[in-house]
Amino acid sequence: MSPLLLEVRDVIAGYRPDLPILHGVSLHVGTAEMVTVIGPNGAGKSTLVKAIAGLVPISAGSVAVEGTEVTNLLTHKLATASIAYVPQTANVFTSLTIDENLKLGASTLSKADAGRRIAKAYEDFPALTQYRGQKAKVLSGGQRQMLAVARALLTEPRLLMLDEPSAGLSPLMVSEVFSRLKTLIATGVSILMVEQNVKAALAISDRTYVLAEGRNRIDGDSAKLAGDTEVAAIYLGAGGRKR
Amino acid sequence: MLQALADGILTGSIIALGAIGLTLTMGILRFANFAHAELITWGAYMALGALAITGTFAGPTPPFSFGLPLVFATLIAVVLTAALALLIDHLVFRPLRSHTSHMTVVFASFGVSLLVRMVILLIFGGSAAYYSNELQIAIRVMPGLRVMPDHVFTLGLTLAIVVALHLFLQKTRLGLSMRALAENPDLVRINGIDTRVVVRWTWVIGAALAAVSGVLYGLTVQLRPEIGFQLLLPLFAAAILGGVGNVFGAVIGGLIVGLAESLSVLFVPAGYKMAVPFFILLAVLYVRPNGIFGALRGGAK
Repeated sequence: MSPLLLEVRDVIAGYRPDLPILHGVSLHVGTAEMVTVIGPNGAGKSTLVKAIAGLVPISAGSVAVEGTEVTNLLTHKLATASIAYVPQTANVFTSLTIDENLKLGASTLSKADAGRRIAKAYEDFPALTQYRGQKAKVLSGGQRQMLAVARALLTEPRLLMLDEPSAGLSPLMVSEVFSRLKTLIATGVSILMVEQNVKAALAISDRTYVLAEGRNRIDGDSAKLAGDTEVAAIYLGAGGRKR
Repeated sequence: MLQALADGILTGSIIALGAIGLTLTMGILRFANFAHAELITWGAYMALGALAITGTFAGPTPPFSFGLPLVFATLIAVVLTAALALLIDHLVFRPLRSHTSHMTVVFASFGVSLLVRMVILLIFGGSAAYYSNELQIAIRVMPGLRVMPDHVFTLGLTLAIVVALHLFLQKTRLGLSMRALAENPDLVRINGIDTRVVVRWTWVIGAALAAVSGVLYGLTVQLRPEIGFQLLLPLFAAAILGGVGNVFGAVIGGLIVGLAESLSVLFVPAGYKMAVPFFILLAVLYVRPNGIFGALRGGAK
C-alpha cells in the first residue's frame, strides 16, 4: 500500500458538540491515490471533508497529514498542511473576476510564484482564459468547477479534497471534470472526493468509503464495490453490514 | 440655489467619508454598527486634544484657517480612533459575534455609542469647540456662489481619499481580500487568508475615515459631543442608499443625502431638513431594496 498521506481516526464532529453528525468516522488516503466517499443524503459526507478542512469542529478523534496531527486545523492554514479544498457550492467568488479569484487563491505565495502559477493555471485550464477579466458569475457550473479546481491547485497541494464536483453538471461536463482529476493523480496529487454520483465515483476512484448516518459502513477497492449489493442496499435505505 | 448645491456637496462629502467606513464594516461583518458615528466624534475630539500639543509649533497656513499642526493632529486622531475601534471589537463585538445573534451585536453597538459619547463629554465638556479661532473670508466664485478655502480643501481631500481607497480595494491583496470577505468568509479562509487580520484592517480603515470625517466636520462646522448622534441617521441613509458593502455607492449615497438636506431648506422649513433624506431613502428602497448599487452578501465571524 502507498504511504499514508491523510489519516482520519474515529472522528466525531458536528456543528454543535451536543449534536454530532459524524460518529467515529475513519479513513485514509495514500500518495497519488483517488479515494471517494459515497453515501445517501445525510450520511455526513460533506461534514467529513469540512471537518478535515477545519470548517466543522471535531470533538473527538484525530486527523493527521503524513503523520503530523492537524485536528481542528485553522482553515486558513490548510495550504501549510498541503491540503486544498473545493467546496460543493459557492466555491468561487462571483463578485470577483476570474483573474481576481486566482490571485486570491495565490495570496499565500510570493508575487513571482503567484504570477508563474496563475499563468500555468490558464495553460492547464485554457477555457478560463477568455473570461479572465470578467466576473465569475458569468461562468457556467462546469466552468466554475474548473476555476475552483484551478484555484485550489495554485498552492501545489499534495491532497485535493472535493465536495461533489459533479453536482449540477451535465454528463459531458462531469466526464470532463473527472478526466481532469485523473490527470492530476498522474502528477502525484492525492484526491479525496465526496460524490453523489455513485457509478461515476466507483468508476474513477481507486478506493471508496461508504458512509451512512455518520458512520463507516463499507470500504474497499472501488472496482469490487461497484458490484456490491450492499452498497445499493445502503442507498435504498436497507442498511449494510457494520464494520 | 447654487450656494445650496455647494453646501450640499460639502455636507455630502463629509457624510460620504463616514458612510464608507460604515458600509465596509456592515458589508463585511454583517451588522449595523451604531457606534460608528461615535468614532467620528471621537476622531474629531482626539484631533482637538492633539492640537493642544501640535498647535504650539506653528500657526495656520493662509488661505486656510488651519496649518500643519492640524494635519499632524489628524494623523494622531486617526491612530487613536483606529485603536478605539480595535479595542471595541476585541472587547465587545468579537466575543458577541461568535456566540450570539446579529441583533445582540447591534444592540451592543448602541451601548458602546452611548459610552463613547459620555467619555467624550466627560473629558472635553459639552460646549462647542473649534480647531481655530481664525476668521475666514468666503471667496466669491461666481454670482450667487461663495466658498471658504477650508471647504475647497475638504472637497479635495474627500476626492483624494475616495480615489485612493478605490485603488486600494482594486489593486492590493488586502483590498481584494476585503471584497472577497464580504461575499464568502469561509472561501476566503479556504484560500489561505486569515480573516481575523482582514477584519482588523477593515476596522482600522473604517475608523481612520471616520476620524478624518470628524476632523472635517469640526473644521467646517464645529465640535460638539453630539456630532455622531446628528450624523448617525444620514450615515445609515447614505450607506443603505448606495448598497451595503459598496464603497462607491456610499459616496453617491452621501452626496444624495447631503444635497437633499441642503436643497430641502429652499422648499420646506429648515427644521424638517433632517427628514428629507429619509423620504428619498424610502423612495429608493421601494424601487431598489438593495440600494442603488446592489448589495454584497456574506459576512465574517
